[in-house]
Amino acid sequence: MTALPTTEPVRIVVAGAPRRSALARLLGVFGSGVVRAVLAVVAVFWLVPVLGLFVASLRTESDNNTSGWWTVFTAPAQLTLRNYRALLDNTEIMRSFGNTVLITVPATVLVIVIAALAAYALAWIDFPGRDWLTVLIVGLLVMPIQVALIPISRLYGLFGLFGSIAGVVMFHVAFGLPFAVFLLRNFFAGIPADLLEAARMDGAKEWLIFRRVVLPIGLPAIASLAIFQFLWVWNDLLVALVFADDRSAPITLALRSQLREFGTNIDVLATGSFLSMVVPLVVFFAFQRFFVQGVLAGSTK
Amino acid sequence: MSSVVLTGLGKVYGDGTRAVTDLNLEIRDGEFLVLVGPSGCGKTTALRMIAGLEEVSEGTIEIGDRVVNEVPSRDRDVAMVFQSYALYPHLNVFDNIAFGLSLRKLPKKEIERRVREVAGILELQDHLRRKPRHLSGGQRQRVAMGRAIVREPQAFLMDEPLSNLDAKLRVQMRAQIARIQRDLGVTTVYVTHDQTEAMTLGDRVAVLKRGILQQVGPPQELYDRPVNLFVAGFIGSPGMNVLGATLEVGDDERYRVRFCSQSLDLPDSVLRERPALRRYAGRPVVLGIRPEDMEDAEIVGAEQGATLRSSAELVEAMGSDVLVHFPVDTKPVTTDGVRELVSDGGVVDPGPLGAAGGTVLVGRFSPRTRVFEGQSIEVRVDTARLHFFDPETGSSIWHE
Repeated sequence: MTALPTTEPVRIVVAGAPRRSALARLLGVFGSGVVRAVLAVVAVFWLVPVLGLFVASLRTESDNNTSGWWTVFTAPAQLTLRNYRALLDNTEIMRSFGNTVLITVPATVLVIVIAALAAYALAWIDFPGRDWLTVLIVGLLVMPIQVALIPISRLYGLFGLFGSIAGVVMFHVAFGLPFAVFLLRNFFAGIPADLLEAARMDGAKEWLIFRRVVLPIGLPAIASLAIFQFLWVWNDLLVALVFADDRSAPITLALRSQLREFGTNIDVLATGSFLSMVVPLVVFFAFQRFFVQGVLAGSTK
Repeated sequence: MSSVVLTGLGKVYGDGTRAVTDLNLEIRDGEFLVLVGPSGCGKTTALRMIAGLEEVSEGTIEIGDRVVNEVPSRDRDVAMVFQSYALYPHLNVFDNIAFGLSLRKLPKKEIERRVREVAGILELQDHLRRKPRHLSGGQRQRVAMGRAIVREPQAFLMDEPLSNLDAKLRVQMRAQIARIQRDLGVTTVYVTHDQTEAMTLGDRVAVLKRGILQQVGPPQELYDRPVNLFVAGFIGSPGMNVLGATLEVGDDERYRVRFCSQSLDLPDSVLRERPALRRYAGRPVVLGIRPEDMEDAEIVGAEQGATLRSSAELVEAMGSDVLVHFPVDTKPVTTDGVRELVSDGGVVDPGPLGAAGGTVLVGRFSPRTRVFEGQSIEVRVDTARLHFFDPETGSSIWHE
């Protein structure tokens, strides 16, 4: 309290946003207009082929062979569900669709379960060599799949995993884990330590802290991870091409063989492709509600 | 409810940093003990060791009659209120408060009853279904309190629970915490850097500096009889004025303390209270004067040997009283040890020279004073309440 008398006059600052000039505002409006226009163009570029595919899947093979899909707007009578009915009777496509589900669901669930547990340990449990282990896992991110195809093939040959769904799943899990652990570890590490300590004081053991505090708070990260991993595995062709056989082929592989054998059998291709697109879309919209901004808001001061 | 006993408690971090040294404290059953000190003094570390969130390097912690050094937090049966509140963001107020009870697998009905009771005490009944992010700062703070209270623990540990609230709310919550603690009678260890909180809340206050306990006692004792310059400076606001002075004995055997041209006579009561002072006759001492022990001589009357002359450099009207800053010509306190104590403790720093080339003192005058800036003033000092410290060690001069 020995503050010496100040001779400077007190300056009064009027709070409030600085007034923007007319030019700045104009640029702002113009800028956001440009952004919107670009977004619109991108959306059209992506949506038109999808729409075309969808419409083609609703037209007969002969219609598709004689006229473009856009003629449907002038002659809507072309539309039919026949292709879809035929698809349901196509055992090869339906089996491969089933295979895709059998591959994708475990490959996603396993990655999330293993990665969440590992990420919690790497973020919050003190054990020797923890930081090195983290670095090692992050380092694995740079490993390209292609490098591993041949060694893993030999390994699978040894263990008889070739051509099995389990083999494909294991490969996806192994290569999905580094990114998954990295993403979740970083998210978990960002949870305030106070929350975990509060739970500890409240009587929770490690497992309960994980299940009742970290996991619910980490839900947004887990949801985005689930979407990434699901899409990656669902759309995979390369891994399936190397490790799956006819009986374990996913839909991407089955559609590809259609393409090779018949060239223009668009009725099967369009319908099958659309079917394989619908599921990821459903998954995306089901999970995107978990992308809630600021889930942590209000927990700590 | 039970006592908490710290014996020789010490904490050394992995990198060799020492946070707490040989801390001995007995917190009695139902007592409200405040650990206070500047930031980095080890008070939070000590609290976290009691909580079990930090490993104990040396010494023991007993809660009840049980040594808990190796007992994990969850089994210590203590509850903590965090500075950040640490509310679970995904749970509503009810579930936040009920969390600890549900982990203990209490019957649903019992949980419901206890949460509602606590919500009633804290006036949270209307917010039980809301998530923390929809609550105000004060409400969040109360939820954090509720989470501790509902468990009916052996002891409450509070880590600066009010520091995130605005000034007005802080005063309200301070009163509420005091009331709740008294009603429940739970042993409480409360950490703060705010000396006002320490003084108003604590049955006893423990002052820490650099991990070392300086003094522990009831608030008034710390204020009246600080053991050293650090405590003297830390307790009280504005801080105690300190200045370098010399103790003289006149021909009439009377003791007086002189700083340059001014001097104050020591009443007999001071010498009776501080017999050791006689050993300092003719030697330098550090003189401490609390702002409250000074008054405008125009109001109380000047008295020979108890009045300082100066001119008012700055006048701060606080409404209830007026703070007057005035320089006196004296050399500042010299030794490093003392200087460190002074600056750590937030005492009025004697270092920087005032406009008139001396030490600037602060006096708390009655609002009836008509002193204005630049005016010559006479300041009456309550000489019975002067403080004296050894200039080498900074310790108070009392008996030995």
